[in-house]
Amino acid sequence: MDYEKDSLRVKRRGRVRSVITYALLGLWALIVLFPFYWMLLTSVKSYSAYNAEYIPSFFTLSPILQNYVDAFTTVNLARYFVNTVIFTLATTAIMMVVIIFAAYAFARLDFPGRDLVFGLFLSLMMIPAELVVITNFVTITNWGMRNTFWGLILPSVTSVFYIYLLKENFEQIPEELYKAAKVDGTSDLKYLFKVMLPISQPTVVTIVILKVIECWNSYVWPRLITDDETRFLVSNGIQEIRENGFGRENIPAMMAAVVVISVPLIVLFLIFRKKIMAGVSRGGTKG
Amino acid sequence: MQKKNWKAWLYLLPAIAFLSVFMVYPLIDVFVYSFEEGYNSASQTFWGTGLYNYSYVLHDPYFLQAVKNTFILVIITVPVSTGLALLISLGLNSIRRLRDFFQTVFFLPYVTNTLAVGMVFMILFKKTPYSDGLINLLIQFFGGQSVDFIDGPYWAKILVMCIYTVWVVMPFKILILTSALASVPQDYYNAARVDGTPPLRIFTRITLPMIAPMVFYLVITGFIGAFKAYSDEVAIFGTNLNAAGMNTIVGYVYDMLYGDSGGYPSYASAAALILFAIVLTITVINLMIGRKSTQF
Repeated sequence: MDYEKDSLRVKRRGRVRSVITYALLGLWALIVLFPFYWMLLTSVKSYSAYNAEYIPSFFTLSPILQNYVDAFTTVNLARYFVNTVIFTLATTAIMMVVIIFAAYAFARLDFPGRDLVFGLFLSLMMIPAELVVITNFVTITNWGMRNTFWGLILPSVTSVFYIYLLKENFEQIPEELYKAAKVDGTSDLKYLFKVMLPISQPTVVTIVILKVIECWNSYVWPRLITDDETRFLVSNGIQEIRENGFGRENIPAMMAAVVVISVPLIVLFLIFRKKIMAGVSRGGTKG
Repeated sequence: MQKKNWKAWLYLLPAIAFLSVFMVYPLIDVFVYSFEEGYNSASQTFWGTGLYNYSYVLHDPYFLQAVKNTFILVIITVPVSTGLALLISLGLNSIRRLRDFFQTVFFLPYVTNTLAVGMVFMILFKKTPYSDGLINLLIQFFGGQSVDFIDGPYWAKILVMCIYTVWVVMPFKILILTSALASVPQDYYNAARVDGTPPLRIFTRITLPMIAPMVFYLVITGFIGAFKAYSDEVAIFGTNLNAAGMNTIVGYVYDMLYGDSGGYPSYASAAALILFAIVLTITVINLMIGRKSTQF
């Protein structure tokens, strides 16, 4: 009797707690999602309708796509977009080559001074980007590479952290495999591409995705190195659109551009959700 | 054997070359710049060496404003975001239904372009001739006074900046804390439940000590990240942060280097090194406190 009452009370308390928990989580989900909803909503409102609303309406019955047409015709959004795709793909591809070879040398090859060099590499991880960006700006300017893709790409094609991550992964592959391959007369290079990379594929994919996200969102370096509008990436492009684009008041067209810029990464995230989250919790930093 | 050494260095060559040119050399160079007085980037000449650049930067009202803004940002956003993330992670860990959904949603800000989404925040908070903006309408609805958060009083701008920063940094913190919470051995909780330990005590005696190292890691990375804030501010207030009075230390460095007020790599270097010294000091203090408080 007493026991029954007790368990009922515990149950009720548990239910109250779970209601509060869900309310809290739901509230945060709302705060996270609302800006996305708002940009999507605003981007399909017509210019006149948007400006006529003193109290903005939370939905629209007559969505239009004109703003998207404007975003691609009156400003250079398509150009920014293509530039960013080229920049992202080239930077990621070159970086992968650089770090795969470096990680392989550190993980599998024996040579005098290896641990010392690796230690030096690791110590470079502590250097904040803000310190080196000044000289890099001068270097790239002196090389006449401002407003070129090479100027954008070159400073960010190595990452000590990713070398470290990949090296750790390579080292987990049993040494016996390597010896067996040596006996068979497989060359180092062939072993790297036929055995090590396929085995380490999950880590490689994670690094690629993290780098793509980083490239797509990069703002500071592109801003320093490009002042020619035809070389802008999306981050600088959106800033340019805001300050000189449609005219300050055409918010709906601006939001259409924002949606276009945000969609690729969100799609990428929804496809590779598990990988991205695992990758970030292992190696991402932001915040 | 000799041939193999040669090959290993060949594999390392690209990485070493890029790191030397774009990391090691600049690191030395930034010190050199910071001591070259009156450096002229057009003629590449300077008239002396000394501490003048540091003194100039430390007396520049724009720099002092940037330092003030950055410190306010750090002091508010690090505790708020860490605490909020802890609360949300505890909630996430205690539910089963919809958990995947919530986790996915909460992570979304991480993969968005902060420049782009910042513009949405600007619109939500901005007062225009057409409309007071959604947030102001909400404030009015609850009987408050509307205020221009983007061009208005200082406290309002700081508030928007902090809100947006918290929004941006939360995904990483929630992710780290959720996995930390999930890795606390279930046996501990079962034992506590058998003993009839009250929930608050379970939290302070089991959960918190177990995840303390991760919380601590987040506090350190949070401090470092917040000290380097810049693009979130650009997203909300535009590129001319000095005019808006909302510049950050990193923003000051870049403005000195480039743009309307740019062309002064020496001042930029001095400011960057001052920032580095601040971050290093705070991190060392953090580590010292952390070592004391995470040992059990």
